[in-house]
Amino acid sequence: MEITIGAVVKGGTSLGYKTGSWRDQRPVLNMDACKACGLCESVCPDSAVHVIEDVYVIDYDYCKGCGLCAYECPADAIEMIREEK
Amino acid sequence: MSVVKVLEGSEAVALAVKAARPEVISAYPISPQTHIVESLARYVADGELDAEYVRVDSEFSAASVISGASAAGSRSYTASSSQGLLLMSEVLYASCGLRLPFVITGVNRTVSAPISIQVDQQDTMSLRDSGMIQIFVESSQEAYDAHIAAFKIAEDPEILLPVMVCMDGWVLTHSYERVALAKQDAVDRFLPPFHPTRSLNVKDPTTWGSIGEEDMVMELKYSVQEALEAAKGTITSVFEEWAAVSGRDYGGLIEAYRTQEADVVVVAMGSMAGTAKDAVDVMRSQGEKVGLVKIRCFRPFPYEEIWDAAKGAAAIAVVDANLSLGSEGAIAMDLKAKLYGVPGAPPVVDVIAGLGGRDVNAERIKQIVEKAKSVQSEGYYLREPYWAGLRPAIVPKGV
Repeated sequence: MEITIGAVVKGGTSLGYKTGSWRDQRPVLNMDACKACGLCESVCPDSAVHVIEDVYVIDYDYCKGCGLCAYECPADAIEMIREEK
Repeated sequence: MSVVKVLEGSEAVALAVKAARPEVISAYPISPQTHIVESLARYVADGELDAEYVRVDSEFSAASVISGASAAGSRSYTASSSQGLLLMSEVLYASCGLRLPFVITGVNRTVSAPISIQVDQQDTMSLRDSGMIQIFVESSQEAYDAHIAAFKIAEDPEILLPVMVCMDGWVLTHSYERVALAKQDAVDRFLPPFHPTRSLNVKDPTTWGSIGEEDMVMELKYSVQEALEAAKGTITSVFEEWAAVSGRDYGGLIEAYRTQEADVVVVAMGSMAGTAKDAVDVMRSQGEKVGLVKIRCFRPFPYEEIWDAAKGAAAIAVVDANLSLGSEGAIAMDLKAKLYGVPGAPPVVDVIAGLGGRDVNAERIKQIVEKAKSVQSEGYYLREPYWAGLRPAIVPKGV
């Protein structure tokens, strides 16, 4: 292992750090109810909601399951369910 | 070659910082630091100094701004006192781990409560464990010279640590002295522009202070400890180099004043060292064998130099204008720890003095020397520190 003074490393290290494993509640998006307003994307503290081909997708590699998206969703289109193995 | 002016200590420091050509200055005003940063703000506003002067909402922000600026490769500076230094402390610890070579003036002032704007050294002492280099000065001239040297010490590629120049509030910052100012070209030759080998760069992003836990924290702390140990030689040689330029030599990590064949050696830091020299002169003229060790560099701690100067003494009296409540003064603790088990080491008497600006005058120094002599004859093991100038009758008890 190479350590530099000041612990300076190449940027972007958090991409390799899959914080989704911390999650105990999983947000599940109901596409039929989703109005594509984008509020979930803007409130997500982990930038774990992406727009892919005009559809909102939750990135479970990084979602920590905080539930902010479900709390804020004006269409009640996101449900938090218990994370199970 | 230099110009001599009668200057307020704060102005002398501001002129030294200006001569060092900092690129970023950020500060929040607090007495007795204010005149330093006011002067620097004026130089920038008047176009005499080409620097970014960032006004901020707190000392925490000031320290954060100069940390970022330093990481981005700019020579950076701030100053604070007392509560302001404590508010900076989280950032200052981090800056040492990040190895950011900025300069900060720690203008010594009492820490609340009770609220007091008077001088003691509790505030800067509270930052002694951060990893910063700490240099204490006796006069405004020494403050001027130490600030110019401080940038060069901090930026040495083998060191890369913040340097704090600690100067006593009011006694130095607000009194007027003759101060010799160096020519700008002499400062420029001594202190070339800051070009670090690494800095933040948007084209090649890096993370500084990346996560490191049980796998690397010990190694990173050890590397700071090694840098501080190595800094002893660099600090000494940078001081020598500036002495050759300026013609003013204050010694290296310490100044030993009339310690030859001294029975009692007083150890002191900051402006009180000047008073102590006068007291030593008076006592010497009366046939008393007394000397002074003035600590110039407190971190890294120059125990070998102190020992060399004081080893012939029968007693060492350490004057601590600070107190680790529940134990004793910081300087005495360090010195005792290093002298423990050294054959023939004299007793170290810890003296708490000057808290909240209580005057440490020549009479007080004489009293401290007398105490050291009596403690030496009475035995000194496991003693509480001696509080010089305490008024026991007014110590409050209960509510």
